[in-house]
Amino acid sequence: MRNRCLTTGNVVAAASAGLLLLATLAAAQAPAYRAPRAPDGKPNLNGIWQAMNTAHWDIEAHSSAPSPARELGAAGAVPAGLGVVEGGSIPYTPEALAKRNENRANRLKLDPEVKCYLPGVPRATYMPYPFQIIQSQKHVMMVHEYAGALRTIYMTEQTEAPADSWMGWSNGRWEGETLVVDTKGFNDLSWFDRAGNFHSDALHVVERFTARSPDTLNYEVTIEDPKVFTRPWKMSMPLYRRVEPNAQIMELRCVEFVEDLLYGHLRKQPK
Amino acid sequence: MTRYLFGVLAFVTAASLTVTAQAPTYRAPRTPDGQPDLQGFWTNATYTPLERPQNVTKEFYTPAEAEAAIKLAIAREAAQTEPGTTADVHYDFSQFGLDRSQSKFTRSLRTSLIVDPPNGRIPPTTAEGKRRIAEREAEAKRLGGRWDSAESNQLDDRCLIMAGAGPPMMDAAYNSNYQIVQAPGYVMILTEMIHDVRVIPLDGRPQPPSTVRQWMGVSRGRWDGETLVVETTNFNGKNPFRGSTDRLRVTERFTRVADDTIRYTFTVDDEAMWTRPWTGEVPIVKTNGPIFEHACHEGNYGLYNTLVGARLEEKRAADEAAKKGSK
Repeated sequence: MRNRCLTTGNVVAAASAGLLLLATLAAAQAPAYRAPRAPDGKPNLNGIWQAMNTAHWDIEAHSSAPSPARELGAAGAVPAGLGVVEGGSIPYTPEALAKRNENRANRLKLDPEVKCYLPGVPRATYMPYPFQIIQSQKHVMMVHEYAGALRTIYMTEQTEAPADSWMGWSNGRWEGETLVVDTKGFNDLSWFDRAGNFHSDALHVVERFTARSPDTLNYEVTIEDPKVFTRPWKMSMPLYRRVEPNAQIMELRCVEFVEDLLYGHLRKQPK
Repeated sequence: MTRYLFGVLAFVTAASLTVTAQAPTYRAPRTPDGQPDLQGFWTNATYTPLERPQNVTKEFYTPAEAEAAIKLAIAREAAQTEPGTTADVHYDFSQFGLDRSQSKFTRSLRTSLIVDPPNGRIPPTTAEGKRRIAEREAEAKRLGGRWDSAESNQLDDRCLIMAGAGPPMMDAAYNSNYQIVQAPGYVMILTEMIHDVRVIPLDGRPQPPSTVRQWMGVSRGRWDGETLVVETTNFNGKNPFRGSTDRLRVTERFTRVADDTIRYTFTVDDEAMWTRPWTGEVPIVKTNGPIFEHACHEGNYGLYNTLVGARLEEKRAADEAAKKGSK
């Protein structure tokens, strides 16, 4: 047992060092690329994008694990991941960490994704489904395949969030090559991943989308939530363009897939 | 309230009724990439019925008749529930600002949205259509009563899809609001209800194989001069539009005919259901944004509560029957 713990520790340390190196390399390379311009002269981020990592399972570094649903066997296995959180772990308060662990232990029952609920931000960006950026002068839209989740990013007529919502209220601006999106007005119901990582309604997300090559974006997120975390923290990852000529956002209208799960116990029983 | 409604009615202006006459001279502004600009927030809320009422024989009302028809429709909408009842508290659309008359709605002198066939009515059903309707009824019966399960309930109560999403895009009774955003090669149309969205490619790509079926079908668009033409097929047939099947093909035409108006026509073609294609037309008018998140499924306490209520009712009935039996 002791040996196993040591080994795990070594793996995590090595992974962290690797991540640091990668992050440094990415930071050094990033400014070199200048995106093609949209017709209005702004960097052109239009396209269908998708993360290619295991952050949707767990944004922190994690080992592979069996499927949370036994029946799926290896088809539902959790692939390992080196994590997308800068510095390795999320700075939870002790109470919040306990809640995260409780979420994780009961994730089949508690994860909003299992219920086909809207994914929130930034989770929507790195779910294992594509999303499309539709970029105009007044609004940048992000249309997600999962549950038809949608974000409107207000580029000109910017206001405070009129009410709390799942996807929050996003105001955007261009900073040179980067689309900066500032989102507040979240409810406290969405998660960051399938591992129970969560936030409160005090969540404040700042995302930075920067083209790093014709078909990849750098995606950096700063998370602030004084009710849950001891300090702001960051995650980052590349996003990849879906380059298939016929790529499109398909319908994943998952409500009907979860009705039996959510309401099956209320079905009329045969006499 | 009454005074407010009359204020709205007084807003029937000559301008909004002579849109067709202006159309030939109007040229829509352009997006930076040169598309006619349809962007903004729009509504197709209307009191004009899809089909011409049985007692009406002409295609257009006079302005006075149109005003009277709208007034009657508003009164009918307000009278949906009886004041002072539980239903009224929950469904008083005028109280909560949900009925059409309290926000922007579109007006026309037409007596029906259907412009073809000329009688303003949906064409006759084919023999196959009748068979399909019977099949649907049998399937509904198999699923049981409306409150027996989530699956036997209505699509809108299940937050699966709502009437306005289409295509064709139709008045949805309330929240009939849309947002259009354009980017090079794409037009996005967002329906407020259940954030249903179509991202329509304009690059001439083919439709996917017929094995791909979607609730809202698969849409492909192109510009025909000033008009955006959108063809949609590959429907799953589970959300019938006036009885349509999975063989439905919808052709929509969006033409901006004034700063505040898009002329929207839709042709519905479904050989399995109707003896001929039919076409409707409605002016879509500018409204104020923004559009808020419509998280329908996430907040669907209604479906949960009605199912709980139905099971409780059954239990109570069974308990009472048992009590009677034991006496």
